[in-house]
Amino acid sequence: MLDSKIPAGPLEQKWSEYKGHVKLVNPANKRKIEIIVVGTGLAGASAAASLAEMGYQVKTYCFHDSPRRAHSISAQGGINAAKNYQNDGDSVFRLFYDTVKGGDYRARESNVHRLSEVSANIIDQCVAQGVPFAREYGGLLSNRSFGGTQVQRTFYAAGQTGQQLLIGAYQALERQIALGNVTMYARHEMQELVLIDGKARGIIARNLVTGNLERHFGHTVLLCTGGYSNVYYLSTSGMGSNVTAAWKAHKQGACFANPCFTQIHPTCIPVSGEHQSKLTLMSESLRNDGRIWVPKKQNETRKPGEIPEEERDYYLERRYPAFGNLVPRDVASRAAKERCDAGYGVGTSRQAVYLDYAEAINRYGRIECNKNGIANPSPEIIRRHGMDVVKEKYGNLFNMYEKITGENPYEVPMRIYPAVHYTMGGLWVDYELMTTIPGLYCLGEANFSDHGANRLGASALMQGLADGYFVIPYTIGNYLSDEIRTKEIPTDHPAFEKAEKVVADRISQLKNIGGTKTVDHFHKRLGKIMWDKCGMARNANGLREAIVEIQQLKKDFYNDLKIPGEIYEMNPELDKASRVADFIELGELMCMDALNRNESCGGHFREEMQTEEGEAKRDDENFSYVAAWQFAGEHEWVLIKEPLEFEVAKPSQRSYK
Amino acid sequence: MEHYKMNLTLRIWRQKNSETKGRFETYKIEDISSEMSFLEMMDVLNEKLIREGQEPVAFDHDCREGICGTCSMFINGRPHGPWHANTTCQLHMRAYQDGDTITVEPWRANAFPVLKDLIVDRSAFDRIIQAGGYISVNTGNAVEANSILVPKDQADSSFAAAACIGCGACVAACKNSSAMLFVSAKVSHLALLPQGYPERKTRALNMIAQMDKEGFGSCTNTQACESVCPKEISMTNIAKLNSEFILAGLSD
Amino acid sequence: MSLTGIFLISFLVVHVGINACIWANDGGGMFNLASHFMATTVVIRIVEVGLFAGLVLHIVQGLVLEVQNRSRRKTGYAVSLGNKGSKWYSRSMGLLGTLLLFFLIMHLSHFWVPSRFTELPSTEINGKEVANQYAEILRVFQNPVVVVLYVLGCISLMYHLLHGFQSAFRTLGVPNGKYISLIKGVGFGFAIIVSLAFAMMPVSVYLGWVS
Repeated sequence: MLDSKIPAGPLEQKWSEYKGHVKLVNPANKRKIEIIVVGTGLAGASAAASLAEMGYQVKTYCFHDSPRRAHSISAQGGINAAKNYQNDGDSVFRLFYDTVKGGDYRARESNVHRLSEVSANIIDQCVAQGVPFAREYGGLLSNRSFGGTQVQRTFYAAGQTGQQLLIGAYQALERQIALGNVTMYARHEMQELVLIDGKARGIIARNLVTGNLERHFGHTVLLCTGGYSNVYYLSTSGMGSNVTAAWKAHKQGACFANPCFTQIHPTCIPVSGEHQSKLTLMSESLRNDGRIWVPKKQNETRKPGEIPEEERDYYLERRYPAFGNLVPRDVASRAAKERCDAGYGVGTSRQAVYLDYAEAINRYGRIECNKNGIANPSPEIIRRHGMDVVKEKYGNLFNMYEKITGENPYEVPMRIYPAVHYTMGGLWVDYELMTTIPGLYCLGEANFSDHGANRLGASALMQGLADGYFVIPYTIGNYLSDEIRTKEIPTDHPAFEKAEKVVADRISQLKNIGGTKTVDHFHKRLGKIMWDKCGMARNANGLREAIVEIQQLKKDFYNDLKIPGEIYEMNPELDKASRVADFIELGELMCMDALNRNESCGGHFREEMQTEEGEAKRDDENFSYVAAWQFAGEHEWVLIKEPLEFEVAKPSQRSYK
Repeated sequence: MEHYKMNLTLRIWRQKNSETKGRFETYKIEDISSEMSFLEMMDVLNEKLIREGQEPVAFDHDCREGICGTCSMFINGRPHGPWHANTTCQLHMRAYQDGDTITVEPWRANAFPVLKDLIVDRSAFDRIIQAGGYISVNTGNAVEANSILVPKDQADSSFAAAACIGCGACVAACKNSSAMLFVSAKVSHLALLPQGYPERKTRALNMIAQMDKEGFGSCTNTQACESVCPKEISMTNIAKLNSEFILAGLSD
Repeated sequence: MSLTGIFLISFLVVHVGINACIWANDGGGMFNLASHFMATTVVIRIVEVGLFAGLVLHIVQGLVLEVQNRSRRKTGYAVSLGNKGSKWYSRSMGLLGTLLLFFLIMHLSHFWVPSRFTELPSTEINGKEVANQYAEILRVFQNPVVVVLYVLGCISLMYHLLHGFQSAFRTLGVPNGKYISLIKGVGFGFAIIVSLAFAMMPVSVYLGWVS
């Protein structure tokens, strides 16, 4: 049985009640407690800094050369907060409601409400740290709108919001490192969790420069290791993003929840060929002003500029008049796939749709001309002024597009296609963010908690920072207050020894396969299976096939993998191999979860379960639960259900029409 | 955009680890598409090397969209290759023609020792930030965000400086291996915001002191850093840092 | 570096001003008077000590900076950035400064040493006995080799100033984009005009434009 530890009482009072009664650790005892934080993205860096500020002794780990490089940095569009600065009717409740609805009623109400409550504090904290958010001329903070909402609650720093927030958290972390409260281990990767008496007590980390294995003790361990989109090989994740830390914890007993809930982002730059290593996202904020369309004629060969207005199909505006181009990501992605599958796709691959800024440039140009008192401006002048506005708002995104494709998006519409972007699933955590292993916490994208079956735009940054700055500093005390008598456990304890041996054996096993195929070969194969059969649309037959194929892939991997170089040196191929080994196992579980969830919800679209109009058909009667999977041996998992109860946001058919 | 294929000669710096001496190796590579990114071309090379039983070239990279600052190659005499305001990961092969020879070296600076092949150790940058590149505010201390007014132009300038990705191209390009552009970007970012005022003096002094300690050279204003910076961090930040430094030095 | 540089720049202004008197074409009267004033006034003598101190400091700082900065990159590049990133003269301040030092040694031995330590022929202006520095100029610049060396020295000076002028102000922290472009403009003009004026002096003498 899973105990989600949701506090009693009315929804809007749960968090304050909890905070009022949670157990505390006094300052003198905090100094004696060591906390391991794995990962230094938004969740990890903010948690490590906050806990160190409180007085705990913290150790942090990242596989990059610096904590500033975590992939949170590439989030572009913004961060949501229920500040209601725009006086447009926003509130904590509305952010909560939008998030639960956007997640297609598969998230835990209490967690989401807490997230909405602390969202405003995050903005305050970031501003105080010196995050240079966009501002209005009066010096106040600026907002913009995002998908799945009808209010303007998104704070942003041009198209680099993630970077600026991460740098803020990174600076706070570096400050604690300078003060000696945090010890940073860069170019280190967690390879195993160490359990003593059933509690998380440390990790085995591999020094990626020397290849040496290291043992590290902590009274508690926090995994802030991000999502697992790279299971698809091609995704918008960083090349190094991986599931290894979470997966090792899973295999030691932590349940993995809703693994099949992956988000496919509608606005990415399309794949250009076989060589493709990585997909690049174009911020969802582009859908604020850009219009998405395909030609009305199948297999259109004319250039976009030659297609007259009446022969264009603005399919999102047509299908979803209320939200138009700003429908949630899952809806927008499926609509694009539907058009391309039906033969209306554009570009050489026909796997793309247009994102067009011509009208926005025109509209902004007119406003600017009015502002500047230019009477009867010529189309060229309007265009020039409009381009200046668009450049200020989205300049870096347009530049990025041009660098990658060689096309100028101010002149021709961008070509976009959906790509894997975020994983809502992750380690199961209770209200306190603790996994099913006592003393093991999971924060940020790595956990499953707040986004249900679909995440709204600008909510990932919000969740990562909420977990790190404002949730874990409170909830961790509840566990650690009982640990103040636990002395530091020396790392020659048999549990450490055993865990290190497991890792060493695993690495030498991989290294000694002596096959003929590279890691990327297997990773690409896995990615193709996952994208084809567990991607934007899934069906029972495909998923059953995928499971068989992945099991075969695993066999091939362990028979025919080739890793050059040595174990005890810097060896990026070896690092990749151990990550892909875990992705293969995860892929199988994702397919099992997708097969089990015989409904369509959010990012999980089962072809068998759709309405006549092709919309996702949820099955609340049978699937209103979190699917938490417990590892039970190779190819075997046990499903544990956490029923979801909606007291306030009553499930309804999600409609954006 | 016309796409084409090309054959290339690559001269790449190979070095087993920081203890050993390195050397250039030459590799021929065929059928490279103009649509590939530079790093995808390196992936193709590495796949080939592994298949042939050789060691692949180690290089730093992660986001591959020009924001994390991890990639770091000195390509044909320029950090991040020939394109303006660009990172290596965003460089695409249409920058090259069939038959070209491309020389790839790691960042060179005593403060950035080579760890392997094209990978260098840039932890000196983190230690410079530790010396004062932050605002001392604990979680929970913050006041309501809109109670701090920041004039838009100041916020924009601060943001432009904060756009630094810490890749180290400025150091790699500078004939003095100076880290002034990096340090100045952080000092400007924080000094331009009211939140950063209280610590501005100690920040400038301590960060410069740490920069010197790490073994970076002094700035002689050659402007090479600015010309190669992928995020177009301006040299005016260096002048700003100098004035912060001088004012801090002149006051108590 | 920047402070001594600006100090030396201010000296150049005085120097070029006085030397321009040779173009008065009055048989050296104005020039000799001015140089007599410079050579005999107590205040100027004291300032001269300061000037040498500034010069030496500038040289020492320059050498130390050059040596230190060069040592920051033990392994160099096979293909260097070169002119793709900066102007050659911005990177060659050490070299240009060294050339200027050699030039200065020659220059001082031509004019400063004789005026200070050995006797210069004298001339009488308005009843006053003054050293005939002007005659010395006419004599020295009859040698074409010397003229060429002086012109080369002035070219070095020009490039040194082209970078040095604006760099000095940047180092002193003139952050505003508006001022920086002003300083760049003034620095550019200053470097060209001053160096050209200096270079024209030996050329004028050699070609007999002044006599």
